[in-house]
Amino acid sequence: MSADLIRLSAAELSTKLAAGEVSSVEVTQAHLDRIAAVDGDVHAFLHVSQDALATAAQVDADRAAGAELGELAGVPIAIKDVLCTLDMPSTAGSRILEGWVPPYDATVVARLRAARLVPLGKTNMDEFAMGSSTEHSAYGPTRNPWDLSRIPGGSGGGSAAAVAAFEAPIALGSDTGGSIRQPAAVTGSVGVKPTYGGVSRYGAIALASSLDQVGPVSRTVLDAALVHDVIGGHDPRDATSIPDAWASMAEAARRGASGDSLKGLRVGVVTQLRGDGGGFQAGVSQRFQEALDLLAGAGAEIVEVSAPNFEYAVAAYYLILPAEASSNLAKFDSVRFGLRVDVAGGTVEDVMAATREAGFGDEVKRRVILGTYALSAGYYDAYYGSAQKVRTLIQRDFDSCFAQADILVSPSAPTTAFKLGEKLDDPLAMYLNDVTTIPANLAGVPGMGLPMGLAPEDGLPVGLQLMAPARSDARLYEVGAAIETLLQDAQGGPVWAQAPALATTGGVL
Amino acid sequence: MSEITPERVQHLAMLARIALTDDEVQRLTGELGAIVDAVATVQQVATPDVPATSHPIPLVGGMRVDEPGEALTTEQALAGAPDHDGSRFRVTAILGEEQ
Repeated sequence: MSADLIRLSAAELSTKLAAGEVSSVEVTQAHLDRIAAVDGDVHAFLHVSQDALATAAQVDADRAAGAELGELAGVPIAIKDVLCTLDMPSTAGSRILEGWVPPYDATVVARLRAARLVPLGKTNMDEFAMGSSTEHSAYGPTRNPWDLSRIPGGSGGGSAAAVAAFEAPIALGSDTGGSIRQPAAVTGSVGVKPTYGGVSRYGAIALASSLDQVGPVSRTVLDAALVHDVIGGHDPRDATSIPDAWASMAEAARRGASGDSLKGLRVGVVTQLRGDGGGFQAGVSQRFQEALDLLAGAGAEIVEVSAPNFEYAVAAYYLILPAEASSNLAKFDSVRFGLRVDVAGGTVEDVMAATREAGFGDEVKRRVILGTYALSAGYYDAYYGSAQKVRTLIQRDFDSCFAQADILVSPSAPTTAFKLGEKLDDPLAMYLNDVTTIPANLAGVPGMGLPMGLAPEDGLPVGLQLMAPARSDARLYEVGAAIETLLQDAQGGPVWAQAPALATTGGVL
Repeated sequence: MSEITPERVQHLAMLARIALTDDEVQRLTGELGAIVDAVATVQQVATPDVPATSHPIPLVGGMRVDEPGEALTTEQALAGAPDHDGSRFRVTAILGEEQ
């Protein structure tokens, strides 16, 4: 029974919960059992909630009493550790915040609770979301459920691994340069970076404020849409939050799955993101071409579009992000929260410097110092100023692409999951993992990652990225659900179902 | 080539308030030099006629109404502090002897 429950989508669980076929306590217990059985190996979670079963029991009681409940009420969800939670530590994967329990909930967490979802725990991540492999977590890496010797992507490898390993049906992530979409690609799951400002960042521990977005992680497009509908919309506590009303993402996903949304759709293939210059794994390019052929067969019009300035996106990103991070991370000063390393006879500045030396990992130090350099007097115009100009050029490229296409597509990541340790000593090689995902963050447009099959050479998942114009998130869900259906029909089932069984400890799962 | 020297890394670390070890300074000098050379390519297209973009979706008037809202209590605000006296954060000396 419980082994079956963990393989159901959030939408399927919701139907069973509403029909009284299963209780939230049973669903939650099944996922807690799964976490106990596999997370010793996967290490997707930094903290498992002590309150999950009590929360679930309350939802069951309210349902029994006839309360009006939202569609996802009683469904468990995992939460990336970058998001503040009142009842659980929130460390952002850093030693400097070890054990810190915030005095408030992030708005997205408060909205999950109001919609009566059941928080299962906090998921692992690269420290302060700086990384593409979760190897920069201060608490040890997460391992890819498809192959435990490989990375689950990053920074949100914990949330992606949690859904891929059936430890949670859905999760929250955050995406600054690909931290939702790249982990989705390498774990065979779905993830969405909404339009910048579409989802509140209040209570999300900031990395780069002009790039960060919170978004859903799941195994199906509809589940991501259901989560998006719960967390999205205007928040007066976030000055960058867009005040507009939003279409229902779940309606869009359902429309896409059942209709013919692909007929006549102009699908733009971005020349600069298809790996013509090399560096893309053969199986990734092959599956991408097959997906395009399927789309054409379903009536979509495939058009080639060019975004010449995307070539400079990674460079611009690794100036803008460190600059903003160096400023955002100044708050970790040993005074108000987190770690303090005392220095005998030292001043508060000595204590600050010793605390940050001990509390920050290598990648965080690298980026904070790089950002400090990029913002220095005499270098600001050459580096940070130039990067901001590149951002304008990339936005113009998107405008021109979207004049020719309704939606843009590319592989979500250039390769399948690489081995733990493979790129850890080469920061520049690690940065290039995000070549396909970074442009969307720089321009603020929404992006979705969904699985498009397994690479023939290694049997590991390959991701397809969709990008839509700013504020057109619903288009991603409609087209994404249509493509998901198309691929599953062609491949005889979903990618997630092909994940190898994991060894379990102390359980029957 | 970039101008990243060990002395510059040491100075930047001081500005960023991170007490690096000598080994870290040596390693970062090489790594940051390579990264700065790579990211400097932005200068190839950042010509004077291109305006800068700071935020992807510009908004105006993002301020809340100026009225009392939910705020943390003193106790909540101090709960995560390494040291406090019940109403204020407690720190060591602000000024060194030479100041």
